Amino acid sequence: MSLVLTENTADEFQGAEQPLLQIRDLEVGFQTQRGLVPAVRGVDLTLYSGQTLAIVGESGSGKTTTAQAIIDLLPGAGKVTSGQILFEGRDLTKLSAKDIQAVRGNLIGYVPQDPMSNLNPVWNIGFQVEEAIKANGLAQGKEARARTIQVLQEAGLSDAADRLKQYPHQFSGGMRQRVLIGIGLSARPKLLIADEPTSALDVTVQRQILDHLGTLTRDYGTSVLFITHDLGLAAERAEQLVVMYKGKVVESGPSQEILANPQHPYTQRLVSAAPSLASRRIQSAKHASAGDAVIFGEGSLDDTLVARAADRENAAPAQDLISVQDISKVYRIRKKGLRTDELRAVDGVSFGIQKGTTTALVGESGSGKSTVAKLILQLESITTGAIEFDGQDVAGLKGKELLKFRRRVQPVFQDPYGSLDPQYNVGNTIAEPLLAHGVGTAKERQARVKELLEQVSLPWSSRFRYPSELSGGQRQRIAIARALALKPDVLVLDEAVSALDVLVQGQVLNLLTELQTELGLTYLFITHDLAVVRLVADNVCVMQKGRIVEAASTDDVFDNPQQAYTQELLAAIPGGNFQFGR
Amino acid sequence: MPSKRGQAHFVAELEDTPVAPLDRLDESQKARSTWADAWDSMRRRPMFWISSILILIIAVVAMFPTLFTQVDPTSCFLKFSNGLPEAGHPFGFNRQGCDVFSRTIHGTQASVTVGLLATALVTLIGVVIGSLAGYYGGWLDAFVSRIGDIFFAIPTVLGAIVLMSVLPAATPTSVAFVLSIFAWPQIARIMRGAVLSATNSDYVMASTALGVSKFRILLRHVIPNAIAPVIVIATVSLGTFIVAEATLSFLGVGLPTSVMSWGNDIGQAQTSLVTSPQVLLYPAAALSITVLAFLMLGDILRDALDPKARALR
Repeated sequence: MSLVLTENTADEFQGAEQPLLQIRDLEVGFQTQRGLVPAVRGVDLTLYSGQTLAIVGESGSGKTTTAQAIIDLLPGAGKVTSGQILFEGRDLTKLSAKDIQAVRGNLIGYVPQDPMSNLNPVWNIGFQVEEAIKANGLAQGKEARARTIQVLQEAGLSDAADRLKQYPHQFSGGMRQRVLIGIGLSARPKLLIADEPTSALDVTVQRQILDHLGTLTRDYGTSVLFITHDLGLAAERAEQLVVMYKGKVVESGPSQEILANPQHPYTQRLVSAAPSLASRRIQSAKHASAGDAVIFGEGSLDDTLVARAADRENAAPAQDLISVQDISKVYRIRKKGLRTDELRAVDGVSFGIQKGTTTALVGESGSGKSTVAKLILQLESITTGAIEFDGQDVAGLKGKELLKFRRRVQPVFQDPYGSLDPQYNVGNTIAEPLLAHGVGTAKERQARVKELLEQVSLPWSSRFRYPSELSGGQRQRIAIARALALKPDVLVLDEAVSALDVLVQGQVLNLLTELQTELGLTYLFITHDLAVVRLVADNVCVMQKGRIVEAASTDDVFDNPQQAYTQELLAAIPGGNFQFGR
Repeated sequence: MPSKRGQAHFVAELEDTPVAPLDRLDESQKARSTWADAWDSMRRRPMFWISSILILIIAVVAMFPTLFTQVDPTSCFLKFSNGLPEAGHPFGFNRQGCDVFSRTIHGTQASVTVGLLATALVTLIGVVIGSLAGYYGGWLDAFVSRIGDIFFAIPTVLGAIVLMSVLPAATPTSVAFVLSIFAWPQIARIMRGAVLSATNSDYVMASTALGVSKFRILLRHVIPNAIAPVIVIATVSLGTFIVAEATLSFLGVGLPTSVMSWGNDIGQAQTSLVTSPQVLLYPAAALSITVLAFLMLGDILRDALDPKARALR
């Protein structure tokens, strides 16, 4: 362990401006039953005052751990094993618990990731902000209350004074995140660490929040350390970029330069997989051999991205495989006493999907897009309207007929951690639909499982695995294999790639495209992410508040959006128009 | 200004940061189910082995008491009344002049039988009722939950005292039945809650959409995912049933004095508590050790089966 003290280290920088934060050769490990597992391995990072720096990387790359190490908020089993974290020349790793507490909040603010769980539901908002203000010794008593209102107003809650007594559940996600930003900035810290501050929010809200955060930090001269998985966000909001991979920094420097001209193979991979508005639809590359080599072997996705919509338009118009006519879904919400309120989750939606094409249903949370998926899947009953599949009305199907329909229309759900039974191994999971529909003998079923595993590029040996041993992408591939087991015509993909890291997301999207060409599948692709839509969809329906506001071919929607809402959505995509070097 | 503080474009050495194939499955590792994982964590804990060995010994004693003592627990001689330990009689004698060691050993059977039987019954009733109520909901849930609440409101021991006092000749089986009549709502409640949360999970919805029948989902997906907390509670409650049997026997409404049990012996020992406390000590200690062993095992099971604790490993 080096005993170089802070004064000496500061001297080395005489002449040059001293960085606000300098991390040197930081190593962080987690103590587990199987020994010390390193999470951060020799990270170097420099941040000057007033600068914004983004750490990007996939989950498990150590980016959050690095940020937590700075303010000594590592979870229980984690500890800094070596290296220095110099903040204004002081080594934070050597401070006592009491001293670091003085740094937290006062000098370094923190905005956590999830606005839903980071406010205490049993205390009102005013109390929680006031608590932060008092804890940082900014003000006491009446003054603290006034300061609370000021902080919240600065964070963009104009009616703060009236809302102090309200509780977190009365605030929307965006407003809660504003409260957290307000708390983080309440002491005018010199550095603000924002850990995925907007990843749980809709794009339009994200944009407002980030704009506001940018303005505030510029006004106060605060440095910002962003942790994000979104390269577009990094390109748009950060001057400096640090790319982390498996606990190490693989590339760092000015963000625009790196993203326009990535040098490290990992960064190149990451950049090429980042969907943006400039992307084109993925074209199947099935002529090449299977496996990873295809998916990223060509160096970049764009080599395989060719517009396919034109070909489709030339083809003879076929009858819609799925036709949704003016469907509505009304939920009754119980109010006080016996009164009920109506919630129109889906309100007069109509669209059609042709065989072999992909239609994307895009919208923000609460737009009713997932409800449409459940209605089509017959997991919920429609209130009014009709759904036709292959010329047959499917609403109210029962018994055998419903089972027949289920065989042909299969779902893949959002959460790859939730949609697989943790007690079932992969082989049983994939074989389940075969078993449920009484398809084949045990031997035939096994052969089918083998075939399906091959189709989703997983080894035969993986059939004994349990979901907890698989990564998110692998689980989602299992979910796709399970959905394909009965050779369906339609897959309903409800946010199927939203929970995945960008690289894995690219891989799964490629897989889906391959399968579509190979098996002639029809996709209903439900997502909030317009950039992904660009990669996979032939047609787009934009939903807002239960209605479809715009429906057209993908190119039309992206190149020439008609509705103000669509335009707003497109404009809100972070770094949407940034030209990534590929 | 930016030039002064602009940071150079750094690229790590490729040898230092090799890029692994994307999302490749590590085939070298052994497959691990929840239960294999739980076993793995349990066997690392000394407490698990201590409690298991204790339980094993208790089980052997219950099944084959004659392996441990040749002395007939029913041949009592008043001349030895409250006698101190002597050769061949390590625990001494009780008021009736019976060998305490022999009685403690032979009493194991009745106590453990009541504990095991009551636990098995309670778990069976609780799991069936709890899962049906939680899974199908509606009027069935409402009805069963209210019935459960009624029984829940009656303290197990109090209810058992009332019922036992009107029942003719009690046996370990009848005591176990009576105890389980009043104790099933606890397990049913836990099962119902666990089933409710498992029913609302995505994998159940996925299976529904795949066309798996509702009852099959209950059997194959919901119950296996909801059973863990019940196993923990059942293990812990095994000890409490043994205590309950002892309480009933102590109060004179449990097993008749003709059946040897720890509860009976503890009850009889109270008459000579002041003069010869050792008579009380041995059956009471046996009872405590048995209960403790099951509580310990329950604790370890909880740690091993708790998904949150598992995630930390």
